[in-house]
Formats: sequence, C-alpha cells, structure tokens
Amino acid sequence: MAQSDAPKLSIRGLWKVFGHKATGGDVPASIATKSKADMREDDGVVLALKDVNFDVQEGETFVVMGLSGSGKSTLVRTLIRLIEPSYGEILVDGENVLEYSEQELVEFRRRKTAMVFQHFGLLPHRTVLENAAWGLEVQNMPKAERLERARETLEMVGLQGWEDYRPAALSGGMQQRVGLARAIAADPDILLMDEPFSGLDPLIRRDMQGELVRLQEQLHKTLIFITHDLAEALKLGTHIMIMRDGVVIQLGTPEEILAHPADDYVAEFVRDVRRTSIVTLRTLMEEPGLQVRESYTPSKAIEEMARVGVVSAFVVDAEGHYVGVVSFNSAAEAKQRGDATIVNACISDEYPALAVNTPVESALPLVQHEESALAVTDSEGILVGSVQPHTVRDAMAQEAQEASDARESVGSSALEMEQSSLRTSSGNAEEEKTTTAT
Amino acid sequence: MAISSPSNKKEKRWKGFDIKNHKALILGSVGFLAFSAIVLAVLGPAVEFPIKIGRTISEGIDDSIGWATTSGAWFLDPTSDGVLRFLLLIKDFFEWLPWPIFIVATVIGSYKTAGRGIAIFAVVSLTMMGSLGLWVSAMETMALIVVAVILSISIAVPIGILAARSNLLDTILRPILDGMQTMPSFVYLVPAVMFFGIGDVPAIFATIIYAVPPAIRLTNLGIRQVSSEIVEAAMSFGTTPRQLLLKVQIPMAVPTIMAGINQTIMMALAMVVIASLVGAGGLGEDVNRALNRFQPGEALLSGLGIVFLAIIIDRVTQAAANERQKALMGER
Ligand SMILES: Nc1ncnc2c1ncn2[C@@H]1O[C@H](COP(=O)(O)OP(=O)(O)OP(=O)(O)O)[C@@H](O)[C@H]1O
Ligand SMILES: [Mg+2]
Repeated sequence: MAQSDAPKLSIRGLWKVFGHKATGGDVPASIATKSKADMREDDGVVLALKDVNFDVQEGETFVVMGLSGSGKSTLVRTLIRLIEPSYGEILVDGENVLEYSEQELVEFRRRKTAMVFQHFGLLPHRTVLENAAWGLEVQNMPKAERLERARETLEMVGLQGWEDYRPAALSGGMQQRVGLARAIAADPDILLMDEPFSGLDPLIRRDMQGELVRLQEQLHKTLIFITHDLAEALKLGTHIMIMRDGVVIQLGTPEEILAHPADDYVAEFVRDVRRTSIVTLRTLMEEPGLQVRESYTPSKAIEEMARVGVVSAFVVDAEGHYVGVVSFNSAAEAKQRGDATIVNACISDEYPALAVNTPVESALPLVQHEESALAVTDSEGILVGSVQPHTVRDAMAQEAQEASDARESVGSSALEMEQSSLRTSSGNAEEEKTTTAT
Repeated sequence: MAISSPSNKKEKRWKGFDIKNHKALILGSVGFLAFSAIVLAVLGPAVEFPIKIGRTISEGIDDSIGWATTSGAWFLDPTSDGVLRFLLLIKDFFEWLPWPIFIVATVIGSYKTAGRGIAIFAVVSLTMMGSLGLWVSAMETMALIVVAVILSISIAVPIGILAARSNLLDTILRPILDGMQTMPSFVYLVPAVMFFGIGDVPAIFATIIYAVPPAIRLTNLGIRQVSSEIVEAAMSFGTTPRQLLLKVQIPMAVPTIMAGINQTIMMALAMVVIASLVGAGGLGEDVNRALNRFQPGEALLSGLGIVFLAIIIDRVTQAAANERQKALMGER
C-alpha cells in the first residue's frame, strides 16, 4: 500500500448548491452546518454536494453509490464542469480544473476525460461509426484516421458489422456499447460513467459489466463509475464511496464496506447482498508459503522444504507463474532418478490454481474435496497467495448462519412467506390428487 | 413518516401563498369596482376616459416613420434596389421556365417527397391552372413567394439561433413576435409603402414582417428542445460552442426549423394576396382586380390558383420535414 505518488484525481471540499450563484472562494459559515433538508426549508435552494473529499489513484475503478437524489450525477458532472461547482477544488494531475479558461476546459475535456451516459446520449442523426468517432471529430482529427480508430474501437466492444446503422436501430445494450466505444476511442485518462448500465435489463447489464471488466484489464483507465446497485459496485469497484443527500457517508474498499458498514444507510444496502457471492478469494488468501523454482535441483528443493519444515511446496517459473506442486516424496524420487531439475517431479493437474477474483461462493465446489492449501493466481497466472479449503468452507458456513439470524430478527421474512405459500400449494396438489383418484 | 413530511410542508407553503394571492386580488377588484361605481354615480353612465393619448402617439409614430423614410434613404434605397434586382432575377427565371418543365419537375419532386397522391394532385391542378389562364400570374406569385421566403429564412434562422442561445433575447423577442403575429396584416402595408413606395418591393417587405415570426419561433424551439443529455454528451467530449451548434443543435433542429419554414411559406402565400393592395402582381392582383370589377367568377378562379399552389407547397415541404424527422429517429 505504499502509494506515495500523487493521486490522478483529487477532490477537495467540493460543494454544489443549486440556486446560489457559483461563487468560489470560501464556504460561507451560514451554510457550512446546514443539511440538505435545512437548506431547502430555509433558503429554497438545493444542496446537491456538501464538502465532498476523495482521491482516485491512477488505474483504479472508483465507484460512487447512493440512492436517487444523493448527488451522484451532480458530482460526476462537476468533475468536467458540465455543472459548475459552488466551492472547492478539482485537481487532475495536480491542476485545478476550476481555474481553467474556456479553451483550457475544452482541451481538458478532449484529452483527459470521456463520459458514458445513462441514456447513452448518442447523436441520432449520425451512424454508429460516426458516433464512435465523435470525440476524435471534435478534436479535429482527419476523417479517414478517426473513422479507422472508431472502427477498431467498435470491434473491441463487439459491434463490428453495425457501423453504418443509426443508433435507433440498436438495442439498449448495443447502444451503450456505442457509448462505451465513443468514450474509449477518444483515449482519455479518466473515464466517467454515470449509471451506464442502469437502463439495461439484468442479463444485458451483467454482460456489460463483464465487458467493462475485460476492457479495463486491457486499458487500465482511471474509472469513475456511478451506480445505485451495490452488487455492481462490489463487482467493479476498487474503492466505493457511498453518498446520501450530498454528503459522503463512507469510503472504502468493497470488503471494508461489507464488513463495517458506517451506519444504517450503508447497512441497508449491504443487507441484501450475499457476501460470499461478492467477496473474492483475495480476502481469504494467505501468503503462498514456500515457493521453489522449477529449475531447482531435487536436492535443493528437498533442502528448502526441510529448512522451512513442510512436506510440499508451490513450484513457479522464473517469472513467478504458478506451475504446480512438488512434494517431499516426489522430489526424493526425482533425486533417486537423477533428474537435473524438479520439473518432472512437479504435479500440476491435480493441483489447479484458483483465480484471485473468484467469488468465495464459486470457489467452494473447487475446494470441496481438497485437503491442503491451493494456489491463488492473478489474471496473468502469477502466484499471489494460497487458500486453505477450510477457510472457504468456514466463510460459507458463517454467511449461512448470519443469513438465518437476519431472517429470524426480521420476523415475517419473504422466505417464510414463500415457504408458507409453498405449503398451501402442495396441500392443494394433494387434494387434487385425491379427487382425481376417486 | 420521513417521506410524508416534505410533501406536507410543500402543501402548506403552497396554500399560504395561494391565500395571500387571492386576498390581494379580491381586495383589488373590490376596490376598483367601488371606485368605478362612485365615479359612474357622480358623473353618469356616458363618462369618457379622462386621459386621451392615442392620437398623440399615433401621430408621433407617423412622424418618426416619415423621418425614418427621409433620413434612412441611404439604407432604404439600396435595400429596395437589391430586393428588386433579386426579384427580377427570379421572375425572369420563372417566366423563362417552359410550363411542361415546371409541371414535370413539380410532379417528380412531389412524388419523391410526398408520394403518389400529391403527385397526381400536382399534375391535375397545374394543368388546370394552365388551362384557366392563370399560368403567368401563378409564376409571378411563385417568384414573389420564393424571394420573400428566402429573405425571411435568412433573417429568421439566425435570429432564432441567437434567441436559443440567449434567454434574455428570447424574453425580449417573445412579446414582439406575439405582437407581429396577431397584428392585422394590413397594418404592415402602410409603413411598407412609406419606405419603399408602391409595387413588389413593399409587398415583399410586408410579407417578410408578417411571415418571419413562425420561422424564428420554431428555429428557437428546435434548438432548445434538443435533449439536454445529448447536448451534455456532445459537450463532454470538448466541443466548442460553434461545433455544438453546427454539428449537434442545428442538425437535430432541422425538422422543427423546416416546420417553421413551411409555416412561413404558407403565411407568405396569404400575405402576397393582401400585398396586391400595394401593387404586388400575380394571382393576388388578379383577385384584387376582379373584386374591384365585381367579377366573382374571376376572383374565385384566381383564388383557386392560390389554393392549389398552397396545397402543393405545403404537402411537399411537410413531407420533407417528416422525412428528415424519420431519419433523425433512426427509421432509415
Ligand atoms: N439543475 C438542477 N437544479 C436544481 N436542482 C438540481 C438540479 N440538478 C439536480 N438537482 C438536485 O440535486 C440533487 C442531486 O441530484 P443528482 O441528479 O445529482 O442525484 P443522483 O444521485 O444522480 O440521483 P439519480 O440516482 O436519481 O440519478 C437532487 O436533489 C436534485 O433534485
Ligand atoms: Mg443521476
């Protein structure tokens, strides 16, 4: 966590009051203590953002979450000054965006950021290709070049063949892919997304989330992602910021938010999420323990295991990619055979690695019949940790316990109602059976 | 509970405001009634308004228009000249145009935009106009319309665009346009004659004043009604105001602007007839002459000629606007 370099984006004391003239300077003491409701009551103005502070590191996915009206859209729009904030600072790469002149702002929007909108915001009179090229057109890139770039980006989002259609001919999900392509084609440092998938039906939404994760692995953009869906936030976010009535309630990693909701508002969000379907092996894993290079001689491997006091070890290649497991016995056999290295002693098929972003829930069937620790690898196959099968099983058990506790405390839960309706319907079925029998 | 409280407050405030409003209104009306009753009781029912300034003002306006005519000559004369030259050019063209070519071109044009029905209507009505002896007058009217409409649009669209970008201008313009549209069209003829004398030029001038408001209004509306999310999306990529206007707002406003132009054409057609009072030629002149000579048949036929022209032009421009609208909605 030694993130000593400056954040990509840094928000300091950001306020937005709709109804006041944007004033700049210091926040007047008269409003500093008021809540959104107070402001509406007393002054008839809307407090949309109240003293918002946060940092976003380069390459991370920063999710902003909150119920309707909590100021998410306002926040993301102030970042590129589609809405002028009332007070505060917006620092991107150390420069205060609020001090930019008109031309500097235009240039900033062209080079540094791109935005994806909930209702897509595509130009209906342009083709899909022209829409995707919009950012480049605005930058005055020559036509052939920008269309070529747009074509490539459309291909990245799986829309080849649709270039010459108009947006209205596409489904919602596809239109948002165009929106995504348009943003990516402009090659910004920072991607802003205001509930991009909220308008899509759940299946398509999941698709698009997957798509975004995949793209993000390729592109490593700094992502500011707005949503009101916690599952989405947890799936995508490296950090999650929860807002209510313009105030930041909690900011943390997904795991922190799940484990320690700051207040009832956050707890309410968290309650319905099955933690094990969200929390990944990253949270459960431990240090990988002893690693041996596949180029080691059998004697060296044995020596190492003896020194640490274990009977098996993970084998990695020179770059740290996981190769398999070597046991004390197999190394000893290899030594007897006179092998030069432990490559042949290494067992790989019986000990598959688990991806670090596997949800705990999905990992359970994989560890069901395992006894010893399993390797955990990142997306490139580098060994990053190990996980004990019993930790996974314990986490699942704890979750089930908590869920049933919660149901009891709630009382007449939906589940119970479901069960009782099941009972009555099965009763009916029996009756039917008896009547048909007679 | 937390949900119900804000709406409660809102209602209370609304009621409070409302009652206050009523009080003022009721008090005011009662007061005025009482005052008028007293005045009538004292002075009798035939009492006249105590102040009369109508004549002073109208004379003032007469004077200032008179003044503008003489001292504005440096501007009025070249304008008049230019319009006249433009008109002659167009007139020559329509006079030169052999009637078969005009008919064929119109039919093809209306078939392509408005479909078979209007194409058939165009053939029939144009042939009829030819055989009724209205052709020459109709072409003259066409020339007047074309000139008036081109000038109207080149005035209206820029003003509409400016109004869409400035709320202040919009607020100022709104009552002026209302006035221009409700003012009886004859009123424009007088200053037109004072400025430009008798003939086609004052007719065009009056026509422009009469026909320009809908095009201004609808241009303004068309640009303002471009969805704010599309504008935001476009801007978020760093458009300059000029790029936004030329690449987003105007293209998306085209159907509405075209509806405005359609209305402008229709109003110009109506006005061109009235403008025959100040010496404009064409079908309007025919109607006017027939009226003066008590020839209802002649008047009716010439009037029919105007109706035919109006229907063809209206349907074709409307269909073109619809086509564009469909293209915008992605139905192509
Ligand atoms: N142009 C505006 N003028 C006045 N008030 C506004 C304006 N835009 C937003 N607001 C108010 O600011 C507050 C925050 O709105 P915002 O749109 O940012 O919320 P949000 O979190 O994006 O909600 P949603 O999930 O519904 O999109 C709301 O109370 C809203 O009514
Ligand atoms: Mg929003």
